Amino acid sequence: MALIELDDVRRVYDLGEVKVHALRTVTRQIELGEYIALIGPSGSGKSTLMNTLGCLDRPTHGSYLLDGEEVVTMNRDQRAKIRNKQLGFVFQNFNLLNRTSALENVELPLMYGPRVSARERRDRAMEMLGKVGLADRYHHHPSQLSGGQQQRVAIARALVNRPSILMGDEPTGNLDSRTSREVIELFRELNELQGITVILVTHDQNVARNAKRTLVLRDGEIVEDTVDFQLAKVALEHDPALEE
Amino acid sequence: MSFFDTVRIAFRALLKNKMRAVLTIIGVVIGIAAVTTIVSIGQGASKLVSGEFEALGTNVILVFPGQTRRGGARQSGAPTLTTADADSIGTECPAVLAASPIVGSSGQIIYGNENWNPKQIQGVGQDYLTVRNWELEAGGFFSTSDIESNAKVCVIGQTLIPKLFRTVNPLDEMIRVNNVPFRVIGILGKKGANMVGDDQDDVVLMPHTTVRKRLNGSPLDNVGIIMVSARGTNQMGEAAKQIETLLYERHEIGPSEEPDFSVQDTTEIAATLGIITGTLTLMLSAIAGISLLVGGVGIMNIMLVSVTERTREIGIRMALGARGKDILRQFLIESVVLSCIGGAIGLLLGTGASMCANVLINVYKPGTDWPMVISIPAAVVAMGFAAAVGVFFGYYPARRASKLDPIDALRYE
Ligand SMILES: Nc1ncnc2c1ncn2[C@@H]1O[C@H](COP(=O)(O)OP(=O)(O)O)[C@@H](O)[C@H]1O
Ligand SMILES: [Mg+2]
Repeated sequence: MALIELDDVRRVYDLGEVKVHALRTVTRQIELGEYIALIGPSGSGKSTLMNTLGCLDRPTHGSYLLDGEEVVTMNRDQRAKIRNKQLGFVFQNFNLLNRTSALENVELPLMYGPRVSARERRDRAMEMLGKVGLADRYHHHPSQLSGGQQQRVAIARALVNRPSILMGDEPTGNLDSRTSREVIELFRELNELQGITVILVTHDQNVARNAKRTLVLRDGEIVEDTVDFQLAKVALEHDPALEE
Repeated sequence: MSFFDTVRIAFRALLKNKMRAVLTIIGVVIGIAAVTTIVSIGQGASKLVSGEFEALGTNVILVFPGQTRRGGARQSGAPTLTTADADSIGTECPAVLAASPIVGSSGQIIYGNENWNPKQIQGVGQDYLTVRNWELEAGGFFSTSDIESNAKVCVIGQTLIPKLFRTVNPLDEMIRVNNVPFRVIGILGKKGANMVGDDQDDVVLMPHTTVRKRLNGSPLDNVGIIMVSARGTNQMGEAAKQIETLLYERHEIGPSEEPDFSVQDTTEIAATLGIITGTLTLMLSAIAGISLLVGGVGIMNIMLVSVTERTREIGIRMALGARGKDILRQFLIESVVLSCIGGAIGLLLGTGASMCANVLINVYKPGTDWPMVISIPAAVVAMGFAAAVGVFFGYYPARRASKLDPIDALRYE
């Protein structure tokens, strides 16, 4: 049994007069410990797929088994619990709570899970901050941290509940190339040394090249699924409109 | 999330916007302060009134003279009650414990170089102290023979001692009332002020015959009021009925005629006063309630603004695993914390205000002894009210927050 099994997943936005087919049909499996990059032109459905995988959104059709459990039929609270326990999110704009210290940001997921003592919460959050190299900045607020540092706090927050999957929607999109490289390195380490499954949406070829497997999306469909980044690049640059 | 964490987060969220929090709770502060003050003063008033009626004497019934009615012509003001009426009420009505006529007078009292105008110079009957449930502190009261002989004796209230005698023992001293010499034969115990704040100890009691003949120079045998006490509280209605029947008979009034007297028992007055103070308290409470309501709407307004401003925060929390009810609880507790802080401040202000009112009343009406009532149950109720306002007006915004879609919330700019 794969960690993630998508079967004919579709997402249609019904805007009244028009229906937007953000995901047309996606059938795919992802195993524990994989490192996947989702690439594709803007509007191809990457974020929609990511939100679906992240249990933030529900497909309008199809089946999504996470660890053997059907997510599509779950209610809001059940999906909240999955997000808390099994998934870690990193966003393009970091999404840290402002005017709240790095430590408290990292503690947040522990507050919504099973009861953890304040002491243990603090210890675990400090430990995670240590792992992303920010132990000495625990009391800083987001506005006192650089972009790269903020994203590392966000990664610590995503990992503090020991999820099996770490997801990022353009996690390096707001970082300069040097800090972006640091963050990529962190993802690789987490995947290789700790066996965490990593799934990233990215525009950045450096990020995508770092992944072990690349899915290329176009118009809501997966048009390439490969471990060879060169093939993915070809698929990405291939414009169906230029055919014939 | 634990309750403690939720409260802590609520406090932090509020502290990020102190000024706004302060402005928001003003309505609740005023509402709760008003309620507390009103309740405290109201309870003080009713305590004063009920204490007053105890001081007046237990189970007192007053018989007032009315208009004479002879041959259909009405002579207003002519006194109609006599000492004989008082005597027969005292002896012939089974439900009556004692009755005393009261004849009023006024004048100046001189002792040595001192003089004083007491509030009341009253001529009373022998049973007066029984009727008023009043004790003597020293000396004795006048006897039947004193009354028959218009004796120039008197019994004085506590207030006169410092005014006239200072360190001298007043017993057996001679005082002059409107130039008539009287011997002090007794001293009354302390009674305090009555409900309108008049000092009841500022009084001189004499035989009613003496007052009428020697001070007022009146040839008539009439009295100002007859004060009666019933044998028990449960016998007051009975006693009043017996007095009416007796006086109808004695004054030869037909059943269809209007009586030339009126009987009023003090429970009636007390009940009326109770209704008045109760109505006042209710009206003021309604006003206080409205300000609480306005305060609540203010909280709701700010909570709605806060939910909108923090949409992104809500999205983040949801993405990290917060359930709808976690968000609901967070905002609900925030509004309850707001309203409870308002309530606590209001309670302090209200208590302060009623203390000030208390001091002011006692300064401007000395001797009133207006009691300061700080009621713990009232404080608890007030805080409960504040919390209820927070829950009631915070629920809608909190529910709105909890229903947000995580993706929409995260995308909110
Ligand atoms: N909430 C929405 N309502 C309507 N259309 C949407 C919504 N979100 C996304 N879409 C549409 O779905 C398609 C895929 O969007 P998205 O997944 O955000 O693409 P990407 O992340 O690859 O740029 C786009 O055409 C977009 O306009
Ligand atoms: Mg996108």
